[in-house]
Amino acid sequence: MSLFTRILFVLLGLFITLNWGLIMSGIIRKIIARLSMRRGIKVVQPYINLIKNFSIRSQLTHGVMFYLGPVFRLSGGVGVFLFMPMIYGSIYWTNFSFTGDLILISYFLFFGMLGMALGAGEGGHPYSAIGIGRGLAQFTAIEVPMTLAIISIAIQYNSLSITEIVAAQQGGIMNWTMVTNPFATIAAMLAFLGMMGHSPFNVVMAPQENPIGPPTEYHGTFLGVLQTNRAILHVVEAVLFMNLFFGGATNWGILILKTFLIYFYTVFVGMVFPRFRVDQSIPWFFKIPLVFGILAIVLLII
Amino acid sequence: MSDKKDIHEDKFLAPENRKHVVIGPDGEEIHVDPLNDYFCTDMPKVEKPYKGVMEKFLNWARAESLWVLAFGTGCGSIELPPLFSPRFDAYRFGVAMRPTPRQSGVLIISGYLAVKTLKRAIRSYEQMQNPKYVIALGSCTINGGMYWDSYNTINRLDHYLPVDVYIAGCMPRPEAVLAGFMKLKERIKKGDAEGANEYVEKLDWYKANQKKIIKDWNMPDYNW
Ligand code: SF4
Repeated sequence: MSLFTRILFVLLGLFITLNWGLIMSGIIRKIIARLSMRRGIKVVQPYINLIKNFSIRSQLTHGVMFYLGPVFRLSGGVGVFLFMPMIYGSIYWTNFSFTGDLILISYFLFFGMLGMALGAGEGGHPYSAIGIGRGLAQFTAIEVPMTLAIISIAIQYNSLSITEIVAAQQGGIMNWTMVTNPFATIAAMLAFLGMMGHSPFNVVMAPQENPIGPPTEYHGTFLGVLQTNRAILHVVEAVLFMNLFFGGATNWGILILKTFLIYFYTVFVGMVFPRFRVDQSIPWFFKIPLVFGILAIVLLII
Repeated sequence: MSDKKDIHEDKFLAPENRKHVVIGPDGEEIHVDPLNDYFCTDMPKVEKPYKGVMEKFLNWARAESLWVLAFGTGCGSIELPPLFSPRFDAYRFGVAMRPTPRQSGVLIISGYLAVKTLKRAIRSYEQMQNPKYVIALGSCTINGGMYWDSYNTINRLDHYLPVDVYIAGCMPRPEAVLAGFMKLKERIKKGDAEGANEYVEKLDWYKANQKKIIKDWNMPDYNW
């Protein structure tokens, strides 16, 4: 396949991912609404919000970093996508994955956060600063069990290539990491709760308490870029977990089903449990997921 | 509009907003003039809408996604939360609350405006980005309502901010507020809701009115 067709397929994949992300968030909010006996938003509301934000006429800036914040955030999301093999066994939808992509992707997950922190910091709003402080502290706590789980998988499959990890899980549910390495799965899935930022770990963007957090000053196109990134990032993070623990996907239908279930799990937990404060959530990550992460590694080595 | 000079001599200027000198950690003297250094002194411009189908499409999106600033004054602020409860469920019309003026497009003045609150309402309104809409809720915003001869409230809101939709009543029920939202949507889709641009065009008049009421004007002329 020539480089040109490859790039075309990557762009097409990005387009599908973006749309699925927007529709998925619409569907999920619809489900939440029906659960609380409301009609809720239209399923296409995320699209309308996006168009609305891009149509704001006047915008103001607080400096160069303020501009670059959303750009970094978006490149974080798109970066994860670029190196993520979406569909196993397809030459078209593996994007630019290579043998060490797992490490690179873990970096990209953090990269966007840092860029956003710099940008929102220049916005100068106190709530942004509080949100950033909380966000970075919490994400650091999330990274530890997450990294342990990734190391555990790397030892188990003797590989840092996501494609190889997916390949090793083919041939039925009994080969999935979920079954063969349950402790790593538990550690990572608990860390995933924090990554998605739903309740109980939504103190970063906590509405009512710390209005909106880091993006307080972002509006119009800036906010539109952040929303675009959110849609992409939610899908690719779910794809990452699907590839690592739930046997990957061999076509788009399975990918859509599995990512929906993985994403829905975080929403489900969020509907059931109330919000943690930062001084509760960080110790929590250092207690339960961390223990599972260590167990996952120790058991493998024994 | 007063020019910058008399802002600085304003006796109402808060102490932290006066010119002062800060000594840096290495002993360097830094002269700070907060009104010029911390605030943007530019004036807003009229932002021309697009023409034809494009503007129609964008107006449709703006109408279907109304983000309301969570800003409450008067009795009405307690009438707004039920809008988002299962009974009235404003979400289904694309209405949502935003906690920051930067991201919201609709300002609801939900009742009488005390002189003190007027200042905050103006600041919040000016921090919102074009296009933006104002809904005036309750008789108090129309003619002063039962506070019309109060020493401390304004009577007609549209002397101070460009109002798009009035909802009469004391206090209008949530159904009336929803009907007001529908009215606003109609106006936006028709392309009539250009309050933000009107405000800029008649800025002198609005500012003169505002300054007549707000005696301790200790902020920039336009709060970006
Ligand atoms: S119109 Fe009536 S309910 Fe509304 S603010 Fe005035 S007095 Fe209160």
